[in-house]
Amino acid sequence: MASAFGIVNSSGNHIWVEGLQDHRPIGAFSFLGRYRVIDFPISNLSNSGIDRIQVYVRRKPRSITEHIGTGRHYNINSKRGRIQILFSEDQSENSIYNTDIAAFMENIESIEKMHEEYVVITPNYLIFTQDFSKLLDAHIESGADITLLYHSVDNAKDAFLNSDILNLNKQKGVLSIEKNRGTAKSRNIFLDTYVMKKDLFLQLIKNARNLSSMYTLAQIVNSACDELDIRGVAHRGYFAAITSLQNYYEANMSLIDYKNATALFNEEWPIYTRTNDSAPTQYIEGASVKHSVVSNGCIIEGTVENSIIGRACTIEKGAVVKNSVILPDTKIGKNSHIENFVVDKHTRIVHENQVIGNPEKAGYVTRGDRL
Amino acid sequence: MKQNSMLAMILAGGRGSRLHELTNKVAKPAVSYGGKYRIVDFPLSNCANSGIDVVGVLTQYESVLLNSYVAAGGRWGLDAKDSGVFVLPPREKADANLDVYRGTADAISQNIDFIDTYEPEYILILSGDHIYKMNYDKMLNYHKEQKADATIAVIEVPMKEASRFGIMNTDETGRIVEFEEKPAEPKSNLASMGIYIFNWKLLRKMLVADMKSTESHHDFGKDIIPGLLNDGKKLVAYKFKGYWKDVGTIDSLWEANMDLLDANNELDLGDPTWKIYTQDVTTLPHYVGENAEITRSYITQGCVIDGQVKNSVLFTGVKVGAGAKVIDSVLMPGVVVEDGATLNRVLVADNVTIGKGAVVGDAKSENIELVAKRVKGVE
Repeated sequence: MASAFGIVNSSGNHIWVEGLQDHRPIGAFSFLGRYRVIDFPISNLSNSGIDRIQVYVRRKPRSITEHIGTGRHYNINSKRGRIQILFSEDQSENSIYNTDIAAFMENIESIEKMHEEYVVITPNYLIFTQDFSKLLDAHIESGADITLLYHSVDNAKDAFLNSDILNLNKQKGVLSIEKNRGTAKSRNIFLDTYVMKKDLFLQLIKNARNLSSMYTLAQIVNSACDELDIRGVAHRGYFAAITSLQNYYEANMSLIDYKNATALFNEEWPIYTRTNDSAPTQYIEGASVKHSVVSNGCIIEGTVENSIIGRACTIEKGAVVKNSVILPDTKIGKNSHIENFVVDKHTRIVHENQVIGNPEKAGYVTRGDRL
Repeated sequence: MKQNSMLAMILAGGRGSRLHELTNKVAKPAVSYGGKYRIVDFPLSNCANSGIDVVGVLTQYESVLLNSYVAAGGRWGLDAKDSGVFVLPPREKADANLDVYRGTADAISQNIDFIDTYEPEYILILSGDHIYKMNYDKMLNYHKEQKADATIAVIEVPMKEASRFGIMNTDETGRIVEFEEKPAEPKSNLASMGIYIFNWKLLRKMLVADMKSTESHHDFGKDIIPGLLNDGKKLVAYKFKGYWKDVGTIDSLWEANMDLLDANNELDLGDPTWKIYTQDVTTLPHYVGENAEITRSYITQGCVIDGQVKNSVLFTGVKVGAGAKVIDSVLMPGVVVEDGATLNRVLVADNVTIGKGAVVGDAKSENIELVAKRVKGVE
């Protein structure tokens, strides 16, 4: 039993994933065929023994509310545990005022009511696994006021450009949190994950409110770096940020390799999701599938290479799907050719033969479209 | 929501000894089928989809796994307020000693107290080891329309096979005039599916009498149905059309799995209006490797395939290594086929490993080989 409650924070205004995010928050994005991005933070919390969880939804709550439901599938105790979905009144798309602090402020009573001494805050747009109970232990042992999780990378010049970075001193003390401006290769990418006492968290929310209506949690924590003992802890293992269509595409593609996938998924740390009760996938005579990840409920008669196929998709005879991410319930019709594309849910590609994008800049077919 | 006045009882106590090692540790209704299901998922999902709220599952043989499996009624949506799945193994009572279920009818008799608490008007008796999709609510409507005392679901079987079944002889109105268990010279090809609807008050009376009888086999087919016919009760046949399979043997279990490979197969597990629900397992989608070749197969989540798979059904978490060949075979959950192994016309039991380069089964074999133990690799 952890002495912390969990918060799954929504992504900030500076992140916008073209196409996909028009329809739902990043947490509700389909990922690797059968998951949604938010399955990762919620499973991390649940597996860490944190079963009182608040999920903040800034806009377009339908899909995420449906997906989370009662939370039973996340293995959260139905009596002691609880998963709350909290909404912001201000659901405007890009309003500068629609910040995480504004959402916390609106729901401050729900935060005050939590009996746990600590809070673990983790975002809805990152793919990684982390045992938060270990992070909490490390936090308590260090005596720090706030512990932040980061991941060291050596490609920050051209990747993670929408992410924040941590500047650390040699003792892993956090000097500042700032935007990754792509000026150096080696950076500590901030995983937007915080551990602190609930009381300090409440204090920071109120301070931020007094300073500026635009302040975010990262900004107020940054401004407190001088007064508070804020420390960084390194995350190891697989990590991907979903901050643009291209890195959504690349994160999916990177997990087609089974070895990479086993770095993220292991039996001791299950990633839960909502079952769809779909039947197994049917391969019909003539199907050719190589180096791909295929979910249940599909009917495959065409060719699939180096792709991810979501639940309940149909790949008809003569159709070719290459280097693509096909979201659930999509039909790729006879003899059509899809390459280097992200095809959103409920789409029917029946009249176009060639839908070919660029691997450096994957294309996108919008939700429910007919081509 | 209270949905209808019918309570269902699933007979799930049988061992299914002709399935050999598959049922050494689990009862037949718990045997895996169709990639991700267990056989008992079919009657349970049918109940849930037919709007039946309360289902009793009568277990006896090797019931530990089956009991815990069916007790999680939420899997089939049988978890609303007045709803539930109740596991009913034989039990000791204040006025009766612990006794095994002596027959299908006795299993119900011993649970009259349980059934009475729900005061159902009708009772549906099902078998836990058949694979089919059926709307029991429609059958109940037929039972009511006919003002029958009992309704028995029947399916037309080929005349030459009729002597393997319990056969219902009916008059032109569909009323059952005679029941013959495995007749040498069948007069009809209407086989009983082991699905009965009774008016509970009537059945209750019959069961109470049956319990006391020393000559009875305490069996629905042998005692209760003939008894009702003798009493001149109105028994009607409800004709079912569609896929129905009693998987009694390794060959028929294999065949039932193979039936799924036809794109337009009658069972149609992909039908979104009549889903078959099962345990939700936490695994990745299935992974298809660089060297894989998959054709005409049925594959579920958690599989990792790098070899050739043809005309086969792969259950949850099956691994097929590079250069391995799986042809005309059924691989139960957790089976590992190591690199270069060849499988032909086999049914491999849960969690069995086939070693590197091993050759199992034969393309020309008459019967399907059951592989229930680890097969060593060939170096």
